[in-house]
Amino acid sequence: MSSTASTGRDAVTGLVSSQRQALGAWLVRGASAVFAVEVLVQLLYATGLTTVGFPNWLPVLIGFALWGAALCTGNIFRHGEAGWRALFVLPAVLFTLALVIFPTVFGLFIAFSDWNLQSAGGRTFNGLDNLKQLIFDDRVWNALGNMVFYVATVLVQYAIAFGLALLLNADIRGRKFFRVAFLLPFMLSPVAVSWMIGKSMLEYRFGPVTNLLRFFGWENPSLLTTPWLAKATLAAMDAWVWIPFMMILLLAGLQALSKEVQEAAKVDGATPWQGFWQISFPLMLPVSITTIVLRTIFQLKLADIVINTTSGGPGGATDTVSSFIFREYKDRSNVGYGTMVAEVYLILIIIFISLLLRFTSRYMQKHA
Amino acid sequence: MSQALKKALIYIALGIWTVIALFPIFWTFSTTFKVAKDVQMGKIIPWVQYQPAWLGLRAIGLSPDTIFTESTPRTEFLIRFWNSILASLGGASIALMIGATAAYGLSRFEYKYAIWRNKDISFFFLSQLILPPVVLAMPFLVLYKELALLDSLFGLILIYALMVLPIVIWIMRDQFDSIPPELEQAALVDGCSSWGAFLRIVVPVALPGMVAAFILSVVLCWNEYFFAALLTSTKAKTLPVMVASQTGSQGISWWSMAAISSAAILPLIIIGIFLERYIIKGLTAGAVK
Repeated sequence: MSSTASTGRDAVTGLVSSQRQALGAWLVRGASAVFAVEVLVQLLYATGLTTVGFPNWLPVLIGFALWGAALCTGNIFRHGEAGWRALFVLPAVLFTLALVIFPTVFGLFIAFSDWNLQSAGGRTFNGLDNLKQLIFDDRVWNALGNMVFYVATVLVQYAIAFGLALLLNADIRGRKFFRVAFLLPFMLSPVAVSWMIGKSMLEYRFGPVTNLLRFFGWENPSLLTTPWLAKATLAAMDAWVWIPFMMILLLAGLQALSKEVQEAAKVDGATPWQGFWQISFPLMLPVSITTIVLRTIFQLKLADIVINTTSGGPGGATDTVSSFIFREYKDRSNVGYGTMVAEVYLILIIIFISLLLRFTSRYMQKHA
Repeated sequence: MSQALKKALIYIALGIWTVIALFPIFWTFSTTFKVAKDVQMGKIIPWVQYQPAWLGLRAIGLSPDTIFTESTPRTEFLIRFWNSILASLGGASIALMIGATAAYGLSRFEYKYAIWRNKDISFFFLSQLILPPVVLAMPFLVLYKELALLDSLFGLILIYALMVLPIVIWIMRDQFDSIPPELEQAALVDGCSSWGAFLRIVVPVALPGMVAAFILSVVLCWNEYFFAALLTSTKAKTLPVMVASQTGSQGISWWSMAAISSAAILPLIIIGIFLERYIIKGLTAGAVK
């Protein structure tokens, strides 16, 4: 992708007059100085050292945006074409830096403090206390255990999605209709799904699903009150939403397979079953692994359905780490501890995903 | 196995999954028109098993007999609906603007900031995908309080843009990589600037990909619940939060719940039916080649 780039900076800067260069340099320096002063003034005001300042930090955010704009403009003055090229990525980089790096660093700060929004005391630094509490907190370990279960269900979803993709790839009429019908669950809001399926269709007394189960002779289909069953039920609802996602990726992979290879297998007298396992499946491995990795990344964020269907109950049986932290924030306003759990979870996720990518990357499709 | 039997089995399997996929949607829409008795007796087929009533739409002031009268629930509902529209369109637009340009830059030029090169910048963006919302939620709550952005649509739009930005970059980079650079090189030779070439030549060609990225972003933002639940309270509350806050209350009024849920999923179903092509394009970009 290095098409026109290498002519880059040096070649083009030559065209920029030294006056413009100086102007650009001053613009960047001046904007940086103004922004630094603004932050300093507000910092002193917020800590109570001075009496001059803004009522809130919003002007600092606006200041950051203006500084970013000045930086981009200054770059154009200073480097000409190279500055214009930088303008393609700089806005996104500055935006993400401002909205991710700061909260992440700030999150670490919160994680090591005893901070309940409802108590009058405010924030106090408490070192590793939250971490100690976390290590002995059964609810966290329980939620992590549930996450292992939920992530494992991705493989089941994959198997079903592969089956559906094969069906859609078969020689059928009305493929467009079936594809749209199968895709729809993925588009629906998880909150609405929680209500539609969790609260309404699985309603113990008269929900259509419980009625159906009774019809098949299950006396007491307590889907959301028996712990293991509740977990399986939520996994099924989650599967209902996400199977289409995997199905679409796998279907695209199947359609990209060359028909000739499959035809050749047929001519050689392979049964469809052999043809699948010896030809299609191995050829689909890169797409499959990519799909499973992507799906696993999304699965680790599982929260909305659990929060709205069972709030983690009964007795934490369906809790995910995210839904646990959500309740810690929302119901107990326990900011410090919740953030510590979130940070530890993030570290676990990073380790897990890195290992996963390490073991799978050579089978995956190449992106970079 | 005979060919006909095989065909029949395929269609049976397709039919079963169609029912699984569509029944919950049908159930939600139809429950909007059921009175309590019909819900409790598990009636399913309208007109045959029960007589549809305007109950659900009346509860949010949208039935034929209430639509021209004053209605507080309707005002409330319409505000939430409007908030959802603004938040998802706003978030998706910002993400598309800065994401598409970033993707183009990363696909065409070589950058070097200190030790950061293209690969690192791309990884920086894509790595945001694994960040679970809970990690950012609390810092954002505190941060937004300081910034006076709590319960504001602008704050929500910023977060939504951040949330879908990696996905937009992922899709658009795949899109730009598939466009031959020779296309704009001709324009560059003719004295076009890099931005001129991008806007006049590349954007029209990449438009389907941009539409796909935009639609997928809108859908994701529309459905977002986690941040909306934590960061909004009265003014900027969105539709999913409204749906969720109704489920908690005692003595559920099924028809009004169904009506609000239907309203929350109806726009998506319309998008799904008419823009399915773009959704699939967006989902498969980058992952399948």
